[in-house]
Amino acid sequence: MKGKRSMALPYVVWSIAFVVIPLLLVVYFAFTDKNGAFTFDNLSKIVHYLPIFAKSINLALIATIISFLIGYPLAYCIARSRTHVQRNLILLVMLPMWMNFLLRTYGWMTLLENEGIINKLLGMIGLGPFEMINTQGAVVLGMVYNYLPFMVLPLYSILVKIDRSVIEAAQDLGANRFQVLCKVLFPLSMPGIVSGVTMVFVPSVSTFIISRMLGGGGNMLIGDLIETQFLGGSYNPYLGSALSLVLMVVMLLIMTVMNAFDEDDMEGMLV
Amino acid sequence: MEHEKLLDLKNISLSFGQDKILDRINLYVRDKEFVTLLGPSGCGKTTTLRIIGGFQTPDEGDVLFEGKRINDVPPYKRKVNTVFQRYALFPHLNVFDNVAFGLKVNKVPPAEIKQRVLKMLEVVDLKGFEKRRVTKLSGGQQQRVAIARALVNQPKVLLLDEPLGALDLKLRKEMQIELKRIQKQLGITFIYVTHDQEEALSMSDTIVVMKGGEIQQIGTPEDVYNEPKNAFVADFIGESNIFDAVMLKDCLVRFSGHEFACVDKGFDANQPVDIVIRPEDIELTAPEHSVLSGVVTSCIFKGVHYEMNVSCEGLDWMIHSTKGRAIGEQVGISFTPNDIHIMNKMFKGAQNEILGEIIAPNTLSMLGCELNVQTDLPEGTKVNVTIAPDAIEVVSPDQSHLIVWLESLIYKGRYNELIVYHMETDSEIILHSMLDEQVATNIGIRFDESRLILTAQEVESVEG
Amino acid sequence: MRSIGKKLYLACCFLFLYAPIAVLIVFSFNESKNRATFTGFTLKWYASLFQNELIMRSLFNTLIVAAAASIIATVLGTIAALGISGMRKRMRSAVMNITYLPVINPEIITGISMMLLFVFIKEIFHLELGFVTVLIAHITFCLPYVILNVLPKLRQMDVSLYEAALDLGCTPVSAFIKVVLPQIMPGIASGFLMSFTFSLDDFIITYFTSGSSFQTLPVTIYSMTRMKVNPQINALSTLMFVAVLVLLLLMNVRKKPKGVHA
Repeated sequence: MKGKRSMALPYVVWSIAFVVIPLLLVVYFAFTDKNGAFTFDNLSKIVHYLPIFAKSINLALIATIISFLIGYPLAYCIARSRTHVQRNLILLVMLPMWMNFLLRTYGWMTLLENEGIINKLLGMIGLGPFEMINTQGAVVLGMVYNYLPFMVLPLYSILVKIDRSVIEAAQDLGANRFQVLCKVLFPLSMPGIVSGVTMVFVPSVSTFIISRMLGGGGNMLIGDLIETQFLGGSYNPYLGSALSLVLMVVMLLIMTVMNAFDEDDMEGMLV
Repeated sequence: MEHEKLLDLKNISLSFGQDKILDRINLYVRDKEFVTLLGPSGCGKTTTLRIIGGFQTPDEGDVLFEGKRINDVPPYKRKVNTVFQRYALFPHLNVFDNVAFGLKVNKVPPAEIKQRVLKMLEVVDLKGFEKRRVTKLSGGQQQRVAIARALVNQPKVLLLDEPLGALDLKLRKEMQIELKRIQKQLGITFIYVTHDQEEALSMSDTIVVMKGGEIQQIGTPEDVYNEPKNAFVADFIGESNIFDAVMLKDCLVRFSGHEFACVDKGFDANQPVDIVIRPEDIELTAPEHSVLSGVVTSCIFKGVHYEMNVSCEGLDWMIHSTKGRAIGEQVGISFTPNDIHIMNKMFKGAQNEILGEIIAPNTLSMLGCELNVQTDLPEGTKVNVTIAPDAIEVVSPDQSHLIVWLESLIYKGRYNELIVYHMETDSEIILHSMLDEQVATNIGIRFDESRLILTAQEVESVEG
Repeated sequence: MRSIGKKLYLACCFLFLYAPIAVLIVFSFNESKNRATFTGFTLKWYASLFQNELIMRSLFNTLIVAAAASIIATVLGTIAALGISGMRKRMRSAVMNITYLPVINPEIITGISMMLLFVFIKEIFHLELGFVTVLIAHITFCLPYVILNVLPKLRQMDVSLYEAALDLGCTPVSAFIKVVLPQIMPGIASGFLMSFTFSLDDFIITYFTSGSSFQTLPVTIYSMTRMKVNPQINALSTLMFVAVLVLLLLMNVRKKPKGVHA
């Protein structure tokens, strides 16, 4: 099979042209001013936007934790169901994902509005109305809702692979339910937890739609900020690139930390 | 008496949906005993073990431990530990932490944990392996970790579920000796599940032979080998010649067309029985020196002995001897009365007796299927159907009258005797076949419709 | 008791997942524009949806882009996977790192970086933001999924199969078509399907690379949601949900295992 390697050449060229060079351009723009001269101004301006960074990370973290708390028991329930039930439940979890997330988020707008259905139902039992839309809570809800399947799927696929006898062995050795969870299930599902957390956190922290649709004007996140530099009123790709560069670096750091949890040699550990 | 029983299973039954997994199991285990549950796959031995371990709750019956009922005690509160079939080691922990797991969750002081774990690793010959990852160990080493992990908790009973199944032959032999040594050294009761009869014979104090969710025989290795209760036990344990016979009177049995003296008593006169003669008990003589004589049809060297087949008056005999004979040689077959073991038939009666009904002219409904028969019995007649074992054929499922569960298959020197179970009507059927089939699977059977004998239930019989 | 708790939990989770979808569907048949009270049954929003030229055009655009992008990405990606599987370790991990970039990078970064590129080279290649740029962007984010689906199949494949085919007289090309291709086909198929659905669904990257003249359906939906009350969106959601559901059911019927015994 000589010369087989060269078959990857078109792809490599494509990737360099449309993945690597664009990212280098982001770096280039981040250090350039309008006249094309080298500058640190864009990066130093970011200090003003640190609260927005903090808010984005904070909301994304909350959303990730809630997703985990909902998603882990859900994935476990599914993984411990009978095989044909499992398939159907997983399909049910994935089905909403095939509908455009803009539409689903729009659905929540309808539900959460001040004169929306939830307030109306609450009104019938004499509660509310509550201010739900255009709050941070609504943004977090939108994140959890949109990215919950990303938490459930990797967790499920690792939990089904955990041999039942490993859990039975732990019980056999005297571990109660809680100890089985902490000492066996969590450590064994760590790779799934890491990828689930990453897959919820990354899109949550960089979203600009959910915050705009459910958060109103007062809940600008880092994604909105970047978007307005490129397509919004305050056109400034130089600052936008600097913001993106920082976002990328932050993500890289977080992922490195996450992967440290997962770096143990896990191969061959699941039967 | 009662206090002698460390563990007592009383009338244990368990079903999964329609499948009856265990059917009224009665079994007790004494302290420091090595008990083996032996049987083919699907016989319920692993389920029995799981009931003792607490991973399964029986539908009926009691599990008594030191005289106390423990049916509802969860596994983590039982004083038994299990060595799982595929070890079930915790892949995220190293050898030490795997072994220490049970002690840690039971809040044993760290210093004591360390001391006990190290000591146990020494017992299983894994000194110095504490920090190794379990996933990096060989199969035999993983096995030892699994044993140490269970034993370090000082259980009263150790349950072992086919623990050596994944090891190769040589390692398995070593581990058998090793396990026996550990059991003696620590004085712990072992309940051991296996389908390997050699393993059971060489390790156990007591063997429990199981089939289809029922106990067939409980006894010492010598008992089950020398005095098998029925043809299944005789066939499953060791090599054997099993033939149909008739007990003429006490100490006299007839098979292969001749009468032979034997030592068994207490059967009815002319009762059909099965006999077993072990291949190593038979001596080959000159043809003229023996009642039975035949021709050697095959001779294979097995290392310690030759395994020969001799065809004698239509029966196929298996004989073990240190001296090989040439194929085609005429030989005499000789054995003493002591070598013949008489057993009750597993299937009552020589033929199948099944209830049926004529539901349309020449149409018989039986066991949920419809058969074409030649009869002048009117519609609605309830009939007894008699079917000879050789009037039933094993066929592929799409051509079959019935799909049945193959419970046992025993070579009777001339044909295979199959006992099958029809779940929907809860009936057993006996049939003869020349084919070998996998036991504990579903097979299709077909009745020879011309050979069904119909007897109307009140009126006099009419031949079909 | 435990199993009742489990069922209740599952029910709550699925209520959460399907509540907004159910609301959209119900109110797509609502007479008035009110989003909280159901005033009467109507199909008029469906009618106006099909008369909405903008939506129809962007639906067409979406399908064209998805089809073209997924086909090109599947061919290019499969060939690339074959090449990557023949690489030595160092080289392979370098290429794989680039492959993972669009997968792990936040979409917004992929979007703006490509936008920067297209704006940057606009003068040189006379390339306006539009169909071509969207297509390039979609191929780019689809490629990793094809490669990541095909590579494991290539790795699972027994090398001696290919050699056996050669041994039995196949030329390398016919050995590839007759032996290798059928083996990796499931990977190619799922890579293609993933590409197609991701392309259909993509909003963020398209948003940054499409310019003002070329709109895909998600971009159109986005501008519609900005106009607050618009029951056509509900109708569109319902139709999309039904389409997905039908597709899934069809796929499931086809895959149903035969002859399972209890």
